[in-house]
Amino acid sequence: MIEMKNIRKTYRVAKRNAGFREAVRSFFQRDCETITALDDVSFSIEDGETVGYIGPNGAGKSTTIKILSGILIPDSGECLVDGRVPWKNRIEHVAGIGVVFGQRSQLWWDVPVADSFELLRDIYSIPPDLFLRNREELTELLDLGEILRTPARQLSLGQRMRCEIAASLLHSPDILFLDEPTIGLDAVSKIAVREFIVKLNSERKTTIILTTHDMQDIEAITKRIILIGKGKILLDGDISDISGSGGIDRTVAELYRAYEI
Amino acid sequence: MKTEKRPYKIPAAKLYLHYVSIQIRSMMQYKKSFIMNVLGQFLASFNAFAGLHFLFMRFHSIAGYSYSEVLLCFSVTLMEFSLAECVARGFDSFSKIVRQGAFDRIMTRPRNEILQVLGNNFELTRIGRMVQAAIVFVYGISKSGTEWNVDRAMAVLFMLIGGTGVFSGIFLINAALCFFTLEGLEFINIFTDGAREYGQYPIDIYGKRMTRFCTFVIPYALVQLYPLKYLTGRSDNVFYIFLPLAALLFLVPCYALWRFGVRKYKSSGS
Repeated sequence: MIEMKNIRKTYRVAKRNAGFREAVRSFFQRDCETITALDDVSFSIEDGETVGYIGPNGAGKSTTIKILSGILIPDSGECLVDGRVPWKNRIEHVAGIGVVFGQRSQLWWDVPVADSFELLRDIYSIPPDLFLRNREELTELLDLGEILRTPARQLSLGQRMRCEIAASLLHSPDILFLDEPTIGLDAVSKIAVREFIVKLNSERKTTIILTTHDMQDIEAITKRIILIGKGKILLDGDISDISGSGGIDRTVAELYRAYEI
Repeated sequence: MKTEKRPYKIPAAKLYLHYVSIQIRSMMQYKKSFIMNVLGQFLASFNAFAGLHFLFMRFHSIAGYSYSEVLLCFSVTLMEFSLAECVARGFDSFSKIVRQGAFDRIMTRPRNEILQVLGNNFELTRIGRMVQAAIVFVYGISKSGTEWNVDRAMAVLFMLIGGTGVFSGIFLINAALCFFTLEGLEFINIFTDGAREYGQYPIDIYGKRMTRFCTFVIPYALVQLYPLKYLTGRSDNVFYIFLPLAALLFLVPCYALWRFGVRKYKSSGS
């Protein structure tokens, strides 16, 4: 159970115009602007739900994920994930969640993936029998096999993403956050990733929170979408109620237009 | 399958060694670069020792300290510094970790952040310096002309513990400042590499003000000057043996600054 109530988060961003002279000027006098990344965001997600969290770039998606995964502390508001405040009981909290950042690797670059998995076993203190069971299951479902013996830096993006997802699930988390997991993948790999996530949700009842710009991901995986724009929740509802006749891409584009985001 | 309550936790030391083993496995992929690095570091740090040696070939004492006394001071300081480097030099690359957003990943893992940063950035090439420091240490101890007994051995041991703590604390401050500046601050090296250089000589040769600064602000003197006085028989104050351990209190504000930084962490794009 995830609950966010009136969460607010602002950043201070230094601004200056292009050019060397401007750079020198800003060295002495910095113009700061306060940007509101999240403005009074509230929602709740039940156990075992699949939620697509969508919105244009800079809408506040990643900030939300970072607050829920204990990385950032909001300015105000309340947040409870399975009864824990993410930024207060960080260590206890993150033991129960998995996070996949599509743009950042969590594997150790120069060693075979299998070595990374073993280090993760120790980081998460996964009991050996559970670790072996999970690794075997994930290897089979994600078709890892030989890939595990290759150093991460030599994997293709598709292979690496499958390993990333496996790495986030070795400790059997109850909640999985996926931040653009299919970015840059080819059609085959995308489908493999989607099918796996659907299966994960139906078999293990893992709560899935997915951010993406790929509306086909949303259609394939999630039952509910939350639309965020300029830091505010604009829409929260069942996917079947929203998708009209023109396909989901068109529908979402229309939503963006309608809300002027 | 719901998460089972996990009764057991891998000890921090074991996890750290696992990190180190991964780093070693990674480095073995770049064999030549590794060997050159170790060799380079081994040779480079002999410079300081040679400088000291040649200086005393001309002058027989500096501010009343003899060659053997300075040698003892030098070798112990170098050893403290090398130990601290082995443990905590990983903080040096922390500005990179913060700017590239790699700290996000550290925050999503259920272990202490410092343990993860140091584990992920252990560098085996420091072994070169470590070996060199060990050689100088043994040489310095044997040539110091000190009559060794239990008290004095204990003082040296405490010096090593306290000194490693003080240097590590400064590495930690440097890393913590990255949360605010996003860049490593080069001037902090005055207190690390710089301290290794001027710490070769007993601190009171630099004057009273310096001694005071190194006693009450950054407690180098507690791990060097005072116990050294006891070792060389200039003082028989037993209190001096334990002063290096008091220097460990320096780690408290260092850690507090780090905690404060973690809370202020802003992450980076996407």
